[in-house]
Amino acid sequence: MAVLKMQRISICALKKDRKAILEKLQSLGTLEVDHILDEDEDFHRMDTVGQKQGFEKAAASVDQALDILERYVPEEKSVFSALEGKKLISVEEGMKVQEERRDLLRTAKQIYDLDREHAEQLASVTKLTNSIESLTPWLALDVPLKAMKTDRTVFFPGTMPGGTTAAKVYEVLAEKAPDTESADVHIISQEQSTVYLAVICLKEEAGAIEDALRSEGFARASQTWEEVPARQKEQLEQQISEYREKVSGIEEKITALASERERLKIVADYYRVRADKYEVLGTLPQSERTFVISGYIPEAVAGSVADGLMKKYDCMVDVEELKEDEEPPVILKNNPFSANMEGVVESYGLPVKGEIDPTTIMSFFYVFFFGMMLSDAAYGVIVSIVCGILVLKFPRMSPGMKKSLKLFFYCGLSTIVWGVLFGGYFGNIVDIVSAKFLGTTITPPALWFVPLNEPMKLLLYSLLFGVIHLFTGLAIKGYLCIRDGKIMDFFCDVVLWFMLLIGLILMLLPSDLFASIAQMEIVFPGWLNTTAKALAIIGAVGIVLMSGRSNKNPALRIALGAYDLYNITGWLSDVLSYSRLLALGLATGVIASVINQMGSMLPNNVIGIIFFILIFIVGHAMNLAINLLGAYVHTNRLQFVEFFGKFYEGGGRPFNPFRENTKYAEIKEETLS
Amino acid sequence: MSELGIVYALLGAAVAVLLSGTGSAIGVGIAGQAASGVVTEDPSKFAKVLIIQLLPGTQGLYGLLIGFITLSKIGVLGGGLADISVQTGLLILAACLPIGVVGLLSAIAQGKTAAAAIGIVAKKPDQFGKAMLFPAMVETYAILALLISFLSVNGIQV
Repeated sequence: MAVLKMQRISICALKKDRKAILEKLQSLGTLEVDHILDEDEDFHRMDTVGQKQGFEKAAASVDQALDILERYVPEEKSVFSALEGKKLISVEEGMKVQEERRDLLRTAKQIYDLDREHAEQLASVTKLTNSIESLTPWLALDVPLKAMKTDRTVFFPGTMPGGTTAAKVYEVLAEKAPDTESADVHIISQEQSTVYLAVICLKEEAGAIEDALRSEGFARASQTWEEVPARQKEQLEQQISEYREKVSGIEEKITALASERERLKIVADYYRVRADKYEVLGTLPQSERTFVISGYIPEAVAGSVADGLMKKYDCMVDVEELKEDEEPPVILKNNPFSANMEGVVESYGLPVKGEIDPTTIMSFFYVFFFGMMLSDAAYGVIVSIVCGILVLKFPRMSPGMKKSLKLFFYCGLSTIVWGVLFGGYFGNIVDIVSAKFLGTTITPPALWFVPLNEPMKLLLYSLLFGVIHLFTGLAIKGYLCIRDGKIMDFFCDVVLWFMLLIGLILMLLPSDLFASIAQMEIVFPGWLNTTAKALAIIGAVGIVLMSGRSNKNPALRIALGAYDLYNITGWLSDVLSYSRLLALGLATGVIASVINQMGSMLPNNVIGIIFFILIFIVGHAMNLAINLLGAYVHTNRLQFVEFFGKFYEGGGRPFNPFRENTKYAEIKEETLS
Repeated sequence: MSELGIVYALLGAAVAVLLSGTGSAIGVGIAGQAASGVVTEDPSKFAKVLIIQLLPGTQGLYGLLIGFITLSKIGVLGGGLADISVQTGLLILAACLPIGVVGLLSAIAQGKTAAAAIGIVAKKPDQFGKAMLFPAMVETYAILALLISFLSVNGIQV
């Protein structure tokens, strides 16, 4: 239950050790760089933008090559690949790849070039295929498809609109070019909208004939070929098959390079890490012989890091406390159980300076409420087993994912407990199955009581748990006030409210209203009733007088106090909000019963039983999913809105250390934390 | 006259399921449109936006819950119809109204909030926890209505 204490570490060392020290710090990953020294005449920053961009470019080009590989040879991935986390590689493996990085970069370039060539060849194939298509109508022509001439004659192929016949062409010629008589027209082939034809005529008449034909829609063949169309087609097909061979050759080459994938991943990470290093290097103030690096470090490791560095290198390491006005980054540190709820706190906001880490206290309430909302022992077993197996099976999954799964594991355990207390096992499956197949209804006994039979009882308990939760929140606020020495705030904002609320609750308990809700009468001795009234009145008057204490104007002060007293409605709505503990628990149980009921309506034969099982599996899977979501969302809400609302604001900055921020694999190396 | 009692009671169950179910369908639909837009741009956000899309779907379940309890109370499920007076029938109908009406309206409102929350996930995926909270705030009122409907139906003696 704590925020790790941060210290400032400043290292001043010789430039000759710069690379070694930076790499050491990066592999330790315990330092967030934050410089306090500005540039002056002795200390200057180095311009490393060029190198940094170079490394980033290298990493990007390897990433691109990996993408290309993924396209040609998709990596086999299991459904759970997202859980597997980054691969762990040995130092030697990392070093080896590092030495071969230039070759690997060349490989990446090669993959990129091959991919481009692949695209070009495919484009050529498409182009040739189009050519063959345009050649197809001319296949019947037994001379090359182009305008040719002999000494006396001219030959030209072309197209005319659909439906044109040889007779019609002659008619047109007779009409539009009556002086010509040498034209010889051959229809090569016909399509719906186009007729392909070839014309031979005398050289002198060619112009007139073509003009006449043109007026009827004649156009010369758009492509010309040196060979007879049939032969030309063969040649083109030959070329296509050559290109295709090349394409498959390229594909084979790329496939062969897929064996380099793991090494490429490592080298991409290597360049990424170096780019980060150069970015930090660019921020370092450096003199002629020395450099300074400074930043935040958790107190727990500060000493050992300082000692380790000073022993190994000629350097001066200074660890000091933070200044008053510094806002250090935040790392949460909790016991192994509560640490799993850190993600929940993080998603609300990390504690800022002066706030406490609410994780530990919240974690118990979290698991308690979650189980109460899901409240079905069988569902709890499923959730716990699934999460437990996943956590054990994938030890390398990312820490955030692991924490979430462990969180659900514990929530599942709590759900089992609540399920047993309330007698919920897949809703009422035991009743249904026993009634259907055994003829007698067996109801598993609830260890505590069945919510469906006594909803009012559970409602009261829900509100009671809510009051405990809220009072805990208010008590933490009180603790913070005392810790910071704000006794006045503690008295006015915490003690007075406690008096008012406890007084009101004590006044409510013996009333008729409560008796009718709870169906039981509570009789307090007279002195307690008087005390309750006294507490409530003192609390209320105190709040009216004291809430606006920062204000000098007495009328305004009272008005502000009265307004603050109005917050009592806020408390009422906060407490009522815990009725969702009952409602969501009921929803799980009743909808599970609906599913069971549906299944039990089927006839008692083989087909009926098969469908019963089918309905059971699908129905309960859906019910579990939606109620798991509901329990998660509403547990978060109770923590964030009702609980945190009393004492916690958040807004801290997460610790972002200078470390080896890799994408694919992690190198196994010693760490100090 | 006493035959009408059961009709009113069944009408109550129908109102609870009908209105809240309609509301949830509209709400999930609104959120689904926003979710589809996000997934077109970035398919990796599918799981997150799906969860938010589902949030307005709970009202329909609450309606189903009240409908089911009503049906089993008046004996429609068991086969033996209970003998219900007109007064009891109308009481049951009235008891079903909160979850029906609040379910309808809150699911639509929650759907719009969920669509906006999906917008948060689209731009800042790391703020998922907060984005999920806004639609959950709307749901509180459906839960309160469910509670009153449930306690009323449960409390009416047949």
